Amino acid sequence: MLKGRLRKDRIARHYMLTVTILAMFVLLLIGGGLLVKSLPIIQEKGLWTLLSTSNWRPFKGDFGFASYIVSTLYVTGIAIIIALPLSLLTSIYIIEYASPKILRAFSSVVDLLSGIPPVIYGVWGTLTIVPFISETLAPHFVEFSTGYSALAGGVVLAIMIIPLIISILMEVFGAVPKEMREASMSLGATKWQTVKKVVVRKSIPGIVAAVVLAISRAFGETIAVLMVCGNFTDLPKSIFDACYPIPALIANNYGEMMSVPKYESALMFAAFLLFFIIVVFNIISRIVLIQIDKRYQL
Amino acid sequence: MKKLEEKIFKFLMIGSTALILSLLLYILYIILKKGLPSLSWEMISQIPSGGFYLGKEGGILNAIMGSLYLIFFSVLISLCISVPVVMYLNFTLRRKSKLAAIARLTFDVLFGIPSIVYGAFGFTLMIYFGLQASLLGGIIAISLLIIPVMIRSIDEVAILIPNELVEATKSLGATNYETIKVITRQLLPGISTAVLLSIGRGIGDAATVLFTAGYTDSIPSSLMQPTASLPLAIFFQLSSPIEEVQNRAYSAALVLTIIILILSFSARYFSRRLSKNKI
Repeated sequence: MLKGRLRKDRIARHYMLTVTILAMFVLLLIGGGLLVKSLPIIQEKGLWTLLSTSNWRPFKGDFGFASYIVSTLYVTGIAIIIALPLSLLTSIYIIEYASPKILRAFSSVVDLLSGIPPVIYGVWGTLTIVPFISETLAPHFVEFSTGYSALAGGVVLAIMIIPLIISILMEVFGAVPKEMREASMSLGATKWQTVKKVVVRKSIPGIVAAVVLAISRAFGETIAVLMVCGNFTDLPKSIFDACYPIPALIANNYGEMMSVPKYESALMFAAFLLFFIIVVFNIISRIVLIQIDKRYQL
Repeated sequence: MKKLEEKIFKFLMIGSTALILSLLLYILYIILKKGLPSLSWEMISQIPSGGFYLGKEGGILNAIMGSLYLIFFSVLISLCISVPVVMYLNFTLRRKSKLAAIARLTFDVLFGIPSIVYGAFGFTLMIYFGLQASLLGGIIAISLLIIPVMIRSIDEVAILIPNELVEATKSLGATNYETIKVITRQLLPGISTAVLLSIGRGIGDAATVLFTAGYTDSIPSSLMQPTASLPLAIFFQLSSPIEEVQNRAYSAALVLTIIILILSFSARYFSRRLSKNKI
């Protein structure tokens, strides 16, 4: 009887350990797999040429990623510039000023926003942001814009990363001990001074971590951006120009890449690039967030 | 002066909170307004007939069924992996174990990897094993995508299980495996929330299935056949120049949004309802 129970226990233990190791191994497998696939193109062209030139003629064997990289930075930059102030203000209000009832209600709003699939954001963007830019906004600045632009991509991305930033910031601000706030108030500081000089200052590592996580999310977002960005291979000159971020490039060309061997390798290199940047960013920001958690846990 | 600064910022803070709330409502309103007119029973009960993509009859049943197949099997696979992982990290390893810390970091990182990378990786895997774009390929890619979601979400609840419960079961002579069986019952609300959350994430994602599952007008009858999915149905129909087809993209978007809303609300309901019996 006992023997049977112990055997079951042993089997369960082994199974759990194996599954855990395997699941962790996926990270290495993805990195390794994409790297192996992208090695041919790296060896032929050299890493620097791939990253710094912007000639993209797959059928002639030219693969320069510069304009895609610039496009990615463009939309991500716009998204962060829009999303960060909004998220900061909102999460400070929710944590420091709002009643518990509003806090609970607003976490549902954040959950719902983060649950909406990218493709829905894309549909919404083409219906609202794109026409708004081409008809109302762009005529003030440039002669002509279809609306499918870096700006449209940035705005849609901003809305998509806002729930992510807010949910992290709410945790980060919430982790600042109550005693610190009370100490500041008892010294005669106003609520706002306390927020500004104690809560926000204490939370700067957490805010940075949230931004880094948001950047890495924005880097990899595919479908929503693809739907509103215009996907035009050229260095974008203004935010009203079409642009072509890396994930959109991968998604748009997977069909034809099979016919040209170097093409497949180039696209897998793009995927590896995304993977690499995002893993590094994630590790850094997660470690910062774990440290914050630990510091205040005692 | 001090008061003025606080007033201005308070105004900005309330403003941005209201803006975010209204954005959510605005998104839902636009999807509803555009999707409702062309939503019909025919849309969700028929597969595309000839000339569907020119605006003729048919519906998106292929995409709806495809998405359901994909997500059902992916969730099943992910459960078999996530639950043991979380149990191992929380109740077999010691609380301060190094392996657990590294594992959690790894899953956080995996959680952050974009779906297009999972899609591309799934695609290379499929080439390696000589598979065509198929239901199976899609299931593999979506499982990869939602396993970290599920692990993180169950882990959040598992961490809250009081150590006393574990000690109480063990002091009665239960083996580690038997303890875990007891705890699993306690974790059911957390697990069901995690399942709903991962369904939401997996069913709405287009970039993973774009490479791996393909697209077809019929409902797949085996794992090796390609399959349609809702997000791709929206994506492809929206890029059509014909207005009727575009309208169908909007109503498909409405269908997907309704599914997501139902999932989201039932997740909330479950976690509140079931957690009443928690210690």
